[in-house]
Amino acid sequence: MSAFITRRQAFMAGAAAVAAATLGQSITPAFAANNIDEMTKAFTGGAKPVAGKVKLDLPEIAENGNTVPITVSVDSPMTDKDYVSDVIILADGNPNAGVATFHFSPASGVAEANTRIRLANTQNIVAIAKTNDGKFYTASKEVKVTIGGCGG
Amino acid sequence: MATSSVKPRIKLDKKEAKQGDIVEVKALVSHVMETGQRKSADGNVIPRKILNKFTCTVNGKEVFSADFEPAVSANPYIQFKFKATESGPVVLTWIDDDGSKIVGEDSIKVI
Repeated sequence: MSAFITRRQAFMAGAAAVAAATLGQSITPAFAANNIDEMTKAFTGGAKPVAGKVKLDLPEIAENGNTVPITVSVDSPMTDKDYVSDVIILADGNPNAGVATFHFSPASGVAEANTRIRLANTQNIVAIAKTNDGKFYTASKEVKVTIGGCGG
Repeated sequence: MATSSVKPRIKLDKKEAKQGDIVEVKALVSHVMETGQRKSADGNVIPRKILNKFTCTVNGKEVFSADFEPAVSANPYIQFKFKATESGPVVLTWIDDDGSKIVGEDSIKVI
């Protein structure tokens, strides 16, 4: 149950900030209760990610929030001149927005990775990809979670 | 730093690859991935203990790495790909919050 208290506190503290914050078009303001905005800014350095190129594969409904499969892939030739260097995965309804960051190089051949993540409740998952020439692309997806993954 | 005795499970989709082929790696490792959010029965917070960094090298060159946050599930699973350019060991390393390492190894032959 502790997760509820921290989340409520975080939400109240964040409410004023949310009103003033400049949010990416892919993020629903009502859900932005954690540090997703700061995490996004830290990753992009203030640049606004463009929707597209990133493919985010997650189940529509996750029965068990403790282990939700996620696949992220980015459309890129992955050559020495044009490749995706980093992809960050963020969750806007977890106690902390950070989920994982993947680092690719031309040696990766394909910018694609799969892992399993925890989701506390129904929320949006956001992926932001960074290319070697400093461009940012994004995709997001809502996942409905039946049983949360934070031991609450 | 100490290397853990935990043996990760690693699977490459091919043992031999042609130059430039894409090889898929799947790996699973046993770890609690304690988030630092949970409390024990006596009300104390259970300290965070996760694998926070993963790296894969092929013949000594890094091909993929990842930073994990507590939102990665227990017994973390990772799947990724690399481009086969030279034969050699495929070494996967996970780094724990306490600095210890879990290391697993396979190999690829480029024909």
